[in-house]
Amino acid sequence: MTDTKKQIRIALRNCGLIDPEQIEDYIAQDGYFALGKCLTEYTQDQTIAEIKESGLRGRGGGGFPTGLKWEITKNVEADQKFVVCNADEGDPGAFMDRSILEGDPHSVLEAMAICGYCIGADKGLIYIRAEYPLAIERLKIAIKQAREFGLLGNDILGTGFNFDIELRYGAGAFVCGEETALIHSMEGLRGEPTFKPPFPSVSGYMGKPTNVNNVETFASVPVIINKGAGWFNKIGTEKSKGTKVFALAGKINNVGLVEVPMGTTLREVVYDIGGGIVNGKEFKSVQTGGPSGGCLTKDFLDTPIDYDNLVAAGSMMGSGGMIVMDEDDCMVSIAKFYLEFTLEESCGKCTPCRIGNKRLHEILEKITEGNGTEEDIDRLKVLSNVIKDTSLCGLGQSSPNPVLSTIANFEDEYLAHVKDGKCPAGQCKSLLRYDIIEDLCTGCTLCFRNCPVGAITGERRAPHFIDQSLCIKCGVCFEKCKFDAITLT
Amino acid sequence: MSKVKSFTDLKNLKSEYHKKQIFGTPAESLVQIKVGMATCGIASGAKEIKKFLIEECEHQAIDAEIKQTGCLGYCYAEPMVEVQLPDSEPVVFGYVDKKRAKSIIENYIIQGEEIEGEIPISFKTIND
Repeated sequence: MTDTKKQIRIALRNCGLIDPEQIEDYIAQDGYFALGKCLTEYTQDQTIAEIKESGLRGRGGGGFPTGLKWEITKNVEADQKFVVCNADEGDPGAFMDRSILEGDPHSVLEAMAICGYCIGADKGLIYIRAEYPLAIERLKIAIKQAREFGLLGNDILGTGFNFDIELRYGAGAFVCGEETALIHSMEGLRGEPTFKPPFPSVSGYMGKPTNVNNVETFASVPVIINKGAGWFNKIGTEKSKGTKVFALAGKINNVGLVEVPMGTTLREVVYDIGGGIVNGKEFKSVQTGGPSGGCLTKDFLDTPIDYDNLVAAGSMMGSGGMIVMDEDDCMVSIAKFYLEFTLEESCGKCTPCRIGNKRLHEILEKITEGNGTEEDIDRLKVLSNVIKDTSLCGLGQSSPNPVLSTIANFEDEYLAHVKDGKCPAGQCKSLLRYDIIEDLCTGCTLCFRNCPVGAITGERRAPHFIDQSLCIKCGVCFEKCKFDAITLT
Repeated sequence: MSKVKSFTDLKNLKSEYHKKQIFGTPAESLVQIKVGMATCGIASGAKEIKKFLIEECEHQAIDAEIKQTGCLGYCYAEPMVEVQLPDSEPVVFGYVDKKRAKSIIENYIIQGEEIEGEIPISFKTIND
């Protein structure tokens, strides 16, 4: 039986409770109350102070203090400012932003309006990937309803405050989750990052001060206003307040979306909430932070999860993807998988990311094919650090993290590949070897007849042999043999 | 809908909707059914289940309000259906296919029997 109350739903408070296509449902749950409260009872500075005191940090991955970001944007003088919601969720296996937008779109609209009030913006933009058709549909309905109710538009709640929101669609490029690339994409330019500073808070969309926050960050804001910063900052750890939504996936029984207080341990998430590893296998690692994150070992199971502990452990919070791996997963292959993703998604603007990652991938490929050497592991480390130090944006700077963290935590597995020519998890096909045990082989010819490449030879009723140079390691002989005469090493 | 003119108007509207939606205290005869219909639920067949529940409730003359909601987070057990009987706590059922949907109506709602597939609520709300 799993412990049932380790979660607290703040960002997901209305998901599964209300009909996302009915503004009435949202209003019945104190919807737009926080906006009303800010507009009528709080000054801009008081609202920002409340957010600062709550300790809310950006939930998109970076963990920048939200209140501080709002304050910086507010303090820039400009005739026009923008609020942008980053809904370009791109980490493999992450779907918390989509769930919030599909289950409770009004919470994001309300928070954007509050942000607009604080920083002095009358226009909000939601950058959402076109691959999220249902989220887009529900956002459109929500915006329409909010306009009809006068909760978006001119003179909101009779206070003279104007704010409206439009959607901007992304084509699903991972790099566009980086805020400067996102802004360029919205402007109709290529989705490529540019050097910071200037930060978007100073010069963002159309060169105007722009406050960019993630969906989950916004979804937490109305609760902070309604229940108070003091309520919110009692949840969590010293430097990470509130809760975080994680998308739990991989070799775990209860795949799903969980929202836990910061400071919850990995063990609680994996075993108490996640229900443990599929088929009772042994836990090996959990990957957090997506392609920019790292793999944590079982030594970290009792580490409280927060921004700083994850960074100290060689990973990062990221947007909240959490992929659980068991004893059957090969860590070299996992590193290769994430690198393949980065290769696909690199925009190609800077050389370290475009070419460096390609070279990293080639070395990993060499190792998984059984041709690696110990020098290759050193080369991986050196090249990774060069890419980290010299790439232009966050994508490149963090892209070697899966390689570095798997080497740091699972170096023995890399060594097994390059020194012993073995893949301990049995995943790297090139490193497998099928052999026929002469004493057990009856010469039934079943393997011979089933081998798709003719790698097996032998006379009827006499032991057969596998020609290793022809074998493609498909395992058909192993499955077909009725006498357990074939070994896999 | 005419525009909400002030914060006071919004507060009044809230009480009105809150009463109408009878959160937590269902009216005597009304059964409330929620079907999880985010992308994950729909992909697992929630649309069909919702349609089936509507037809079946009509067929059996059950006074029910059936609505869609977002994701409860139990992706492994989609489609999910939450049922709140009059004067009871809501109960969440997972892995709802047509057979289980039928059982929810005939055994749980009509007969008041316990049925398989109940998922324990695993979180606190902001009001707990």
